[in-house]
Amino acid sequence: MGSSRSAPDAARPPGPAAALLGGRAAPPEGGPPARRAPARRWLVPAAVALGLGPLAKIGVDAFTGGLGPEPVQVVLNRLGFWTLTFLTLSLVPTPAKALLGITWPMRVRRAVGLLTFGYGAAHLAFYVGVDKFFDLPEIWKDVTTRRFQAVGLLTLLLLLPLAVTSTDAWVRRLGFARWKRLHRLVYAAGALGVVHFAWRVKADLRWPLLFAVAMAGLLLARLVPAAGRRLARRAARPAAPDAGGR
Amino acid sequence: MARWRTDVAESEVTPEALWLRRREFLRLSAAGALAALQPGAAEAAVEPSGQVLPVSRRVDMAGGETPTPWESATRFNNFYEFGTEKDDPWRNAGTLRPRPWTVSIEGEVRKPQVVDVDRLREWFPLEERVYRMRCVEAWSMAIPWVGFPLADLVRRVEPTTRARFVAFQTLHDPEQMPGQRRPVLEWPYLEGLRLDEALHPLALLALGLYGRVLPNQNGAPLRLVVPWKYGFKGAKSIVRIRFTEARPRTTWNLMAPHEYGFYGNVNPAVDHPRWSQAKERRVGEFFRRPTLPFNGYASEVAHLYAGLDPKTLY
Repeated sequence: MGSSRSAPDAARPPGPAAALLGGRAAPPEGGPPARRAPARRWLVPAAVALGLGPLAKIGVDAFTGGLGPEPVQVVLNRLGFWTLTFLTLSLVPTPAKALLGITWPMRVRRAVGLLTFGYGAAHLAFYVGVDKFFDLPEIWKDVTTRRFQAVGLLTLLLLLPLAVTSTDAWVRRLGFARWKRLHRLVYAAGALGVVHFAWRVKADLRWPLLFAVAMAGLLLARLVPAAGRRLARRAARPAAPDAGGR
Repeated sequence: MARWRTDVAESEVTPEALWLRRREFLRLSAAGALAALQPGAAEAAVEPSGQVLPVSRRVDMAGGETPTPWESATRFNNFYEFGTEKDDPWRNAGTLRPRPWTVSIEGEVRKPQVVDVDRLREWFPLEERVYRMRCVEAWSMAIPWVGFPLADLVRRVEPTTRARFVAFQTLHDPEQMPGQRRPVLEWPYLEGLRLDEALHPLALLALGLYGRVLPNQNGAPLRLVVPWKYGFKGAKSIVRIRFTEARPRTTWNLMAPHEYGFYGNVNPAVDHPRWSQAKERRVGEFFRRPTLPFNGYASEVAHLYAGLDPKTLY
């Protein structure tokens, strides 16, 4: 079955796609079902189009001299930068929904996640095929003896299963709970990606630190409400012993 | 596409405009996206600017290689005093006031003095030297510097018998150098040479490049150029030259001693811990080329390091 089911929206409650994109997060916690968001079918195409902007910019700059005297390095750095940027953005939807009640980011999360992997893969491909021009012994030496490159590769390897299991079919196959656990790997990938960046720079850690702070903040923003809910449940239990029945 | 080496005589340098047009030709001949990665592909040539410096002679010490275009050499710089991005120095160095400028020469010398940078031009005839310039980051250029041998200045101020090293200090003034408002490095920038290195005829104090007075972003008004060493050894915007008995502290070596040695000699056999030093990319070229020991100046300078473990020469 394809990843985009075309069941009539009004007829049934959130389908798999809607579940992945936020609809099903609420029921396991016992609250009321999430309010249906308006269709806004343009959201995902718009996100993808925006997300491909930096790539298009590279293309335009390549032909107008906008990449400067050392274009190879500039392209490599830009692809890496946008990988981390999209990875950070992909962490926004959960806390945005939990803390602010804003649900539309959830609907573009998959697109943002795939953009992350796409830019990361392009970053690696550019390093292998352009920067090092398939100098395989040198590349092998890089990833086996230099922690900065090894960590970079590991980051992408962690993102790979997330990209593969991004389809609705995979969500169903794994079950939402397991799928969700698997996709928490994105935090590990984010941390490794920041380490890769930090180990790359010579002295100026501003950008890596900014990514680290942003990711840590988003993780906290996710954990705090979750912990709050757990506490609230625990507090509620003794007061109403019959409610749970076990 | 690799090197575009010309078969003209070693001393002959292709005019810059032609050099750029050749790129354009390459682009138009649909060499594809890779050709588009050549810098300045569709840009008009930026002509050298600034006050012309008269030179008494010109020497090519880069094997006849076409110098890197002026535009690249003046817009792609590591000069953290103006920011850590490569184009930051070009964008931000306007705040530097390179005149009037004095250099304090002090320490173990018989003639310590504070000299105006313009006096140096009266003391020493200027010459143009095309040197290979290899950055520790594995990119490189070929640059026609205008300057005079450091040795001439060293001899003039008469080091004492105690002098074994020469230390160079860059201006420390966050007003003029906005990058110094953040502690990216320990300011001021410090560099140093052994006295015998400083006396080597290849070591140059530069006042200009491409026949013009040094642009601010290239280390105006006075900078060190040591072509067999990585670029970070070339202290820029020098305000102090101090002769010492003890080895001076040097900035990058303080920052990360396992990555940047005191010598900073170009050495393809010793990798930077985070990247290979075996090859380099000449700015403006696509393929990397092998890095030469001592940046191709081994026959001139290797004797300075006889008896030292080459593995320590990075």
